[in-house]
This record gives sequence, C-alpha cells and structure tokens, in this order.
Amino acid sequence: MFPTFFLALREAKLPVSLKEYLALMEAMRAGLAEYSLDHFYFLSRACLVKDERNLDKFDRVFGQCFQGIESVEQGIEAEIPAEWLRALGERLLSEEEKRKIQALGGWDKLMETLKKRLEEQKERHSGGSKWIGTAGTSPFGAYGYNPEGVRIGQDGSRHRRAVKVWDKREFRNFDDTVELGTRNIKVALRRLRRWARQGAATELDLPGTIASTARNAGTLDLRLVPERRNTVRVLLFLDVGGSMDDHIRVCDELFSAARSEFKHLEHFYFHNCPYEGVWRNNARRDDRVDTWSVIHTYPADYKLVFVGDASMSPYEIFEPGGAVEHWNDEAGAAWMERLLSAFPHAVWLNPLPEDAWAYTASVEMINRLMAGRMFPLTLAGLDAATAELGR
Amino acid sequence: MIMSFQGTETYVATEDLRVAVNAAVALERPLLVKGEPGTGKTVLAHEVAKALGRPLIPWHIKSTTKAQQGLYEYDAVSRLRDSQLGDARVHDIANYIIRGKLWEAFEADAAPVLLIDEIDKADIEFPNDLLLELDRMEFYVYETRQTIKARQRPIVIITSNNEKELPDAFLRRCFFHYIRFPDRDTMQKIVDVHFPKLRHDLVHEALRVFYQLREVPGLKKRPSTSELLDWLKLLMVEDLPVEALRAKDGKTVIPPLYGALLKNEQDVHLFERLAFMARRDR
Repeated sequence: MFPTFFLALREAKLPVSLKEYLALMEAMRAGLAEYSLDHFYFLSRACLVKDERNLDKFDRVFGQCFQGIESVEQGIEAEIPAEWLRALGERLLSEEEKRKIQALGGWDKLMETLKKRLEEQKERHSGGSKWIGTAGTSPFGAYGYNPEGVRIGQDGSRHRRAVKVWDKREFRNFDDTVELGTRNIKVALRRLRRWARQGAATELDLPGTIASTARNAGTLDLRLVPERRNTVRVLLFLDVGGSMDDHIRVCDELFSAARSEFKHLEHFYFHNCPYEGVWRNNARRDDRVDTWSVIHTYPADYKLVFVGDASMSPYEIFEPGGAVEHWNDEAGAAWMERLLSAFPHAVWLNPLPEDAWAYTASVEMINRLMAGRMFPLTLAGLDAATAELGR
Repeated sequence: MIMSFQGTETYVATEDLRVAVNAAVALERPLLVKGEPGTGKTVLAHEVAKALGRPLIPWHIKSTTKAQQGLYEYDAVSRLRDSQLGDARVHDIANYIIRGKLWEAFEADAAPVLLIDEIDKADIEFPNDLLLELDRMEFYVYETRQTIKARQRPIVIITSNNEKELPDAFLRRCFFHYIRFPDRDTMQKIVDVHFPKLRHDLVHEALRVFYQLREVPGLKKRPSTSELLDWLKLLMVEDLPVEALRAKDGKTVIPPLYGALLKNEQDVHLFERLAFMARRDR
C-alpha cells in the first residue's frame, strides 16, 4: 500500500525521492503516526512535501490513495440507503424528468456517471465546481441535483463527519499554476542574475589583502576589486491596448518587478505585433523609436522579452499593410524575425492561460515564429522562461 | 523516551504542526518551517526550546551571511595586528579561531535547539554549503586540523520566507511544515493565550474587523497574527469600548489604531478610499 502511494505521488509529478520515503518509513517504525489516519496524513506531508506549491497535489493524491480507509477505521456506521435517495428523487421529480432519467440508464446508472464525473473532475484540477454546475446539457445541472446534496464519493460527509483535511484542499492557492504577485515575479526573475565584477576597483578585497600581506612578510598591502554587479540586460517589449486591457494588473506587476530587479532594462511598447516602430511610453504618441535603431543600439547579449496575448488577426502578422493602426510596408513576421535574429535569447510571455492558446490562430503563429518559446505568465511559466533565457 | 511537543501556555500549535515537530525531534532531522510573515515561525523555535527544556541557539541569517560563519571564522586581521605588536598569543592559531553558532550547538552539554532564522535571506548557495554539516553533524577545522563532532544532535529549526528557492538536496534532508494562516477558532485560542483577561466581546469584534480587513481585495500586505496581537495590545492600552469597533455607518469602517494592522502607505490609502466609497453608497 505504501509503495503504491509513493508511486502515485511520483506519477503526479511530485518531486519525492527514495530518501524521503525511507524517512517516512523510519518515522512510522518509530510509532510517530500513532495509528491514526489524520496523524499519518500530517506525518507523510511533513516527510514528503517540501514546497507549499505541491501541497495541493499531495492532498489530491492522498485522497485518491487512501479513500475508503476511514470507514474501515471507524467500523460500520449508518449509511444512507440508496432507496431513501431514490424515494426522495421520485418525490421531487416530475414524470417527464423521471423518464429522462430512465433514458439515461436509470437512477443507478445516473449516480454511477455522476460519481465518475466527480472523480474525473477531481483529477482534472481545473474543473472545480463549474463542470457540474454550469454545463447546461449535463443531466446533473439540469435537474438541480446538488452533487453535495447527493453526497457521493469522498467529497461529502457520508459519515456526517467534517470533511477530511486533505479533501479541504486548503493549499490550492499555492499551486504554481496560479497567477502571481510582484514579489513572486521578482523571485522568479532572480534566476536570471549573472554576477560579475566589472569596472573600476572600488571595494576592499579582504582575502586578497590578507593573502598578499602575508606574502609581503606582514607589511600591509591593500588590494581592491570592482563591485559585484548583476550584468544581465533585458529588452522588454510590452503589448498595450485592445485585448491587453484585461491583463493590465499582471503586466504592471511584471514590469515593476523587472524594473527593480534589472539595472539594465530597456522597455518599449507595441500594439499586437511589433512593426517598423515601437514606442517609449504607453501613450504611443510622439516618442516613436525605429525598430531598426533598437536592433542596432543594443548588443546581442540583451535578453528579449515580449509580453503580449498574441491575439490578433493573422493578417497583422503575415501581410504588409495588415496592422490595425497604420500602413506597414513590411509584415509583422518580418520584423519579428529581424528582432529574433538580432537577439537570440528571447521569450514571449503570454498572460492568457495556456489551454486557451489553441483557440486563437495567431497565438499559434506567434509561438511558431518564436520557435516554441512562448510561456504563460504564471509562476511556472516564468520559471521556464527564465531557464530558457539563461541558456 | 523523548518528551513530545504539545504547544505551550503562550503558543498554540495545531495538530499538524505538533506532528511535524515531534517527527523532526524523534528522527533528529532539521525542520523547515515556512508561512506568511507573522504567523509565528521564529517564535516556534523559542517555544519548542521552552517546552522541551533545551537551550536555544539562534542564528539569524542576513544577505551577507556565509555558511562558514556558522562553523567558525579565522580572524586573520587580529592575528596580523598581534604579530606586529609582538603578542605571545600569535603562535597558537587556535586563539584566532572564532566559533560559530553551529560549533556552539555541537559542543553544548545538553542537545540545544538551533534556530536558523530566515535561511532564504542568504546567498543561493548557502543551504548547499551546510548540507554535510547538518546531515552528519560534524565538520573539519583546517587551521587546527581537528574534527568537531556533535555530542548530541541538536534540534534544528529552519525558517524561510520564500525569497529564494531552496536546493532539492537540502530539502530532501528536512521535514517541512507550512504554517497556514489560522482560522477563526485557532485565532481565538491564540488571542486567549496571549490576553487571557481581554473581554470576550471585544475579542469577538476585533476578530471580525480583522478578518474583514484581511479580505479587502488588493492589499499589498495583509495583516497577520503578530499584527493582530499588537493591535489588541494597543486596544487594551487605550481601553477602547467595544462600540468603537462596531460599524455604525457602512460595511468597512476604518478601525481605530489601524496603523498597527496596515503597514503600507498604499494599503492605508486603498482602505480609506474603500471606506469612503462604502459610506457614500449608503
């Protein structure tokens, strides 16, 4: 049973290793779990999970693996017989509705499906309560069966006890697919740091001074070194206006985090797709900068970061004259390619959730232009993007 | 049998925290504690030491702290000075070895509680540099060619504010506990433990205002347990009546002495604006 649990955790992509598993076994042998499931849950959580972002995943796997254990532990308790539920259903439903239920394979079948769907939903994290709540065509929404009222599976309290700790999934917010705040972004951007000592020697080099003094037979010999600086340099291209208005907050946060994290940060604004000109500030009026001059001004070791939802008409990317605001002689794709060949380290951060990308053709096109280097603007996406830029 | 930690008169430990602490103590592994600022991570070490009757050795980490400083430092500068003054001490290098907190913990008579506070403040390599020392509880002093071994393995409690990711190899050696923000019942217990004489209705109102404040959307720093306790202390000193906390005109009345709860200028500003809007809408 425990190896199954361990393997299930690995399958759910939790970074658990043998060492941690052995620690758990050791703790079990020391009798720390006191033969209670709750204690075993706390103990295995302390042993196996090392990051609050994984706690939610852990809770889900734990719930799946140890479902049903609780009832063994408690012995037999009164369960609500299925007949009662059926009777209740029959009292509340009209004839026509009952016929529909029959058509779906009868009450038992319906309950079976509901249960299955509930489980599916559980595994599929994103679904939440939406699945059953809003699906107009689903038999469950239509009749207003509250799945909680039916109390199926592990979600409800069949035993009239409180919901299990792991079923509460209180750590959902720490899952790293959630959106982020300035502080998290800063931590993620820190990955990009490259320390180097360059420029004038202004700091006292204590170890160097001591070593050379010792070599000098005790006569003081001062040594200086240049200050340590973060040498990473970033060009930030921000999409503004139009569909980006929905993402102002997260872009703001990204920008302010990047601002304080990188000393060498140049930022430009564009609309939908970069063309022959970009703007210095987001009013986009009289401060236009030629894209050519951007390409020529900054050396190739600048990291290029686009932030945009890449949602536009395909013409805006591939046709001359396709831009929405002005006449462009060359297609957006040509300018993208020029920028990308000038700055080989580049990523595109997209505030749209990753599973929505497929619905907009232009997102796929931009992603192809970026050679697959498009990342969602989430903590995990930002991590992956900084790893890509750091290569 | 090792005494187990059950919380103290001044510290309310939830069940999961108790299990984690006792597992770390029994298996002699470091316990890594994370959580929102002000939920009692550092205090935990103090309370564990108190409950188990062990001495506490705190090691507060700063951005400039090096792992080596926790073991020992060789004070070359004073040796240099002594040599130029002709001091006799200069001949024994051991005179210039300054013991770090880890050494102190290893040499203690009774196994102490070693608190490594805010480990994420240090350089990214810091935890890696301590791997072996925390695992085997020994290290080697090159200058004097001696190995320092722990007499008893100290209880190690490490806190982190999540400013940096900790390396996997390090995490694997620790137990981990995330202190969740306490729910209302736990919070009530915490307040009772700290202010047993506080009037019940005042606490009730204060908690209501506090949780309401935490739910205000867009706050940069939401107030946490330590801020609540400070605020209650202030309320007690000022001897405010319960009515002062009750909303007379609108849902979000500005609580008295809110400076103890909101530590950020923008938050105060945001809150005032919301309160103003709530009043206007009535």
